Amino acid sequence: MELSSADREIIDGEHGRAAADAMQLVLKFAEAVGAPRLLPCASAHVDGCLYHGQASLDFVERFVALDGRVRVPTTLNVGSVDLIHPELFIGDAALGAAGKRLMEAHVELGCTPSFTCAPYQTLLRPRFGDQLAWAESNAIVFANSVIGARTNRYGDFIDLACALTGRVPDYGLHRSEYRHARAVVEIHGFDGAEPDQAGGLAVAAGLFIGKHCGDTIAAITGLPASTSEDDLKALGAAAASSGSVAMFHAVGLTPEAPDLAGATGGLDVPVVARLGPSEIAEILATLSTVPDWAALTAVALGTPHFSLTEFDRLMPMLDLAPFAVPIYVNTGRHEWERLTTDGRAARLEAAGVTVVVDTCTYVTSIIRDLSGAVMTNSGKWAYYAPGNLGVDAAFGTLADTLHSARAGRVVRA
Amino acid sequence: MSARSLVHGRGEGSGLKLDDPLSFWGGFDSASGKVIDRFHPQHGVCLSGAVLFMERGRGSSSGASVLAEAIRLATAPAAIILLDEDAIITTGALVAQMLYGIDCPVVAIRDRAEWQRLYALPRLVVEAGAEEVLFTQPQ
Repeated sequence: MELSSADREIIDGEHGRAAADAMQLVLKFAEAVGAPRLLPCASAHVDGCLYHGQASLDFVERFVALDGRVRVPTTLNVGSVDLIHPELFIGDAALGAAGKRLMEAHVELGCTPSFTCAPYQTLLRPRFGDQLAWAESNAIVFANSVIGARTNRYGDFIDLACALTGRVPDYGLHRSEYRHARAVVEIHGFDGAEPDQAGGLAVAAGLFIGKHCGDTIAAITGLPASTSEDDLKALGAAAASSGSVAMFHAVGLTPEAPDLAGATGGLDVPVVARLGPSEIAEILATLSTVPDWAALTAVALGTPHFSLTEFDRLMPMLDLAPFAVPIYVNTGRHEWERLTTDGRAARLEAAGVTVVVDTCTYVTSIIRDLSGAVMTNSGKWAYYAPGNLGVDAAFGTLADTLHSARAGRVVRA
Repeated sequence: MSARSLVHGRGEGSGLKLDDPLSFWGGFDSASGKVIDRFHPQHGVCLSGAVLFMERGRGSSSGASVLAEAIRLATAPAAIILLDEDAIITTGALVAQMLYGIDCPVVAIRDRAEWQRLYALPRLVVEAGAEEVLFTQPQ
């Protein structure tokens, strides 16, 4: 391992005992993954706030006891409870208390109490080419693909160790030669797609590359010009749910893919699939565990956390109220602040929309009635919630979910 | 032999081979040490104290937390022998060693024939160090 003078300072304890201690973990990890050196990282996003047992807490408390402070800007992923609306938590009290302490201990280490899975939206937007130590699968894909920043799929423990040292191992997606597409997925028949349709298409494309390309980077061609950044977020989140995707290229849309040759580095790369409207519809149908017209008990939006532009799209649809079932929307507390100051929070509440911050309805006990199906526009929610919550899920576009909330059944807009 | 020690340490137990990769998060219960992934061919099998042979890792990085918690609770395998390196499993075992001083050595053997020869042994001792990895049969 080549060590820089800055690395040695950390090892020798010049930046405190916590940094020195965390450095030992970073070095052992770097050795295991075959990294020849460490790089300085611009920021970290830490996914250690979900409680998985005493070991989660012991790890963080170790650095709190050593007076640790993160050495780079560090955001926090969702936790187990909504600290702003704690009354929404209906799970086991001891688990809730441990989860709350875990979130607070991270803040004591200097992490920003963001508690969002989408820190790239309003809070800490990396720049093109930044080296990052990011966890949370959707955030990793977004940073690599949509922003052109560089991170591997970091996760529990290593993310915080990188934050406490400001160092990240130099391997994989940190290096230009590993960022090219090695598979092509062609989409056709969606050139003039409306924004609502583009949202569903993005989810389908994401599910497909996750399932069929896995950790091979795919270049997707044929996504319509109406594809928004929120759609690319949904694409990445779906891809990282159905497979271990860390990066994709949307040709003509994402920064490292101005054209196909740019995405592949000029290599001749195989086309692994050609998907038209009927294939896309089939992929999306697999996300619903209930048929159309099934009774709903809730609608769940905002997985990953809803952006302010997604709220812009949602607000006019509130005219469909009254809704027969509650609508839950997960978002970050920074977006929530904005909504409370500009009056939208009150309008959402009046329409029967519950805004959930700091956590997510698919990992924690928030939705009160799970006796019927829950409808979502999120590929990630639909993928995980049946397993996590034991609930039936129905997938639809944003407009579908609002019309269904009004009908109390799965209908299409 | 091309064995690489990803997490150093010593472990001893009976060989147990998983037919499919397992995600520790969502697929393994740290309280009981059992495989809880309903779609895994060895659903219900207890991994505690075994020298676990698994081709590669799978699934969410939260698997590192679940493995570390299992090592703390003494419900984890005694050692994990992979074909391919895995960052999540490595992290979980490194952190348990750091926090609790309990070894769960993790080794990657890129040679499939050697990996198969080892899992056929009824019981083995794994000693994984920076210089070499030793597999022996207890007397």
